[in-house]
Amino acid sequence: MAGSLLAAPDHRALLSGGLWLTGLLFVMSWLLAVLLACGIAGLRGSRFAVLRAVAGVVVDYHRNVPGVVQIFVWYFGISALLPSGMQRWINRHDGELLLAWIALALYAAAYISEDLRSGFRAIAPGQGEAAAALGLTPWQTALKVLLPQAVRAALPALVNQTLALFKATTLALTIGVVDLLGAAVQIENQTFRTFEVFGIVSVAYLAGSWVIMAGGYWLNRRFAVVTAR
Amino acid sequence: MLDILRDYGLQLLIGQYPAGPLGGLALTLVLSVSVLVLAFPLAVVVGVARGSRRPAIAAAAALYANAIRGLPLLLVVFWSYYALPLLVGASFSAERVMVSALVIYESAYLGEIVRAGIAALPAGQAEAAHSLGLGRWATLRKVLLPQALYNMIPSFLSQFIVVLKNTSVAYVIGVNEVTNQAYQINSQLLSRPFEVFAILAAIYFALAKLLSLGAARLDRRIAG
Repeated sequence: MAGSLLAAPDHRALLSGGLWLTGLLFVMSWLLAVLLACGIAGLRGSRFAVLRAVAGVVVDYHRNVPGVVQIFVWYFGISALLPSGMQRWINRHDGELLLAWIALALYAAAYISEDLRSGFRAIAPGQGEAAAALGLTPWQTALKVLLPQAVRAALPALVNQTLALFKATTLALTIGVVDLLGAAVQIENQTFRTFEVFGIVSVAYLAGSWVIMAGGYWLNRRFAVVTAR
Repeated sequence: MLDILRDYGLQLLIGQYPAGPLGGLALTLVLSVSVLVLAFPLAVVVGVARGSRRPAIAAAAALYANAIRGLPLLLVVFWSYYALPLLVGASFSAERVMVSALVIYESAYLGEIVRAGIAALPAGQAEAAHSLGLGRWATLRKVLLPQALYNMIPSFLSQFIVVLKNTSVAYVIGVNEVTNQAYQINSQLLSRPFEVFAILAAIYFALAKLLSLGAARLDRRIAG
């Protein structure tokens, strides 16, 4: 029965377009989120109290406000404050997708930065001192000694955030992005074949989530922190 | 911004009440509390079942938890919105659909909290109960669960904050909670979207921050 729904070319096109957007939004948001998270975590460890405070407020805002509201703030609110030339540019270039991307990346970055921070706290202080004693510069110490260990310690939490971000991409449909779930809703409204269409996308989302969960499990075993006996 | 609060503050708080149905932040809170209360017994069942000695029961509970945790909340909401009436043969209000969806969704997460709470108790508790002649059910009901659930109060409160934030997606099926009110106010004003949604964000921020401070205090008290 699900086969007959997929046999219709326009439904297939709608679903595959949605799948592509979901994948694109997830991968792009994840990449930007990790980049931003490193920046935020860096700021929170800064020598300057002002920078630490700003980063703290950014994290607090994104962790205490619902994702939908954050998307609305970007889509309706911040985009309206931009100069009109920029607004026109955004509207011409898939504005919904662009603003959902920024909102989702910031949302995830706040959580990921906190996980990285706890990862850094888990590192023994001797590691940084030893790296400095070996003549590594602060940058080299951070990138080659501290970051790999912090990521390793934070791995389970990072996998959870990745899964949460994958599921949160569906929030983009609230501002009109036709992602996989958005495509399913459109097909439901046209055909009323509720169980088939939601069955198909449920399998797709479960497959994605389970790949992330299984990947996390594998990474965790591969890179588990072995504590001294 | 202050004039928006003056003109629409009440609408954000209680919707059209008492002239119409309850809405706004009050409805958000009613939904959140209902979800937590209704999901709690289900979560205890899921959490206990995951630690069951019978492999079939443990596997079924694990499948339930992992399936729900693998689905986006919005998908569960759409399932409830479109499929529940077909399954049951009656239509529901959007509020009930939202509560059902969130109860199903949160029971998986709360179930994990219950499971972790039981697993964290020292093994001596169950052993002592057994040696006193308590059966497995009595041990669970009278010894393990009361301790586990008490220790889990801060986690439940943290999960309540998650529920509170999750009710905001109810806007997609037309529930008149606070996000939907802000959306409607924005459509009326048209020219001041940033202020309207900044107010909405501030409301959630204040509430969630307050609750998480409370959770942290409780945590210190229970752990200490």
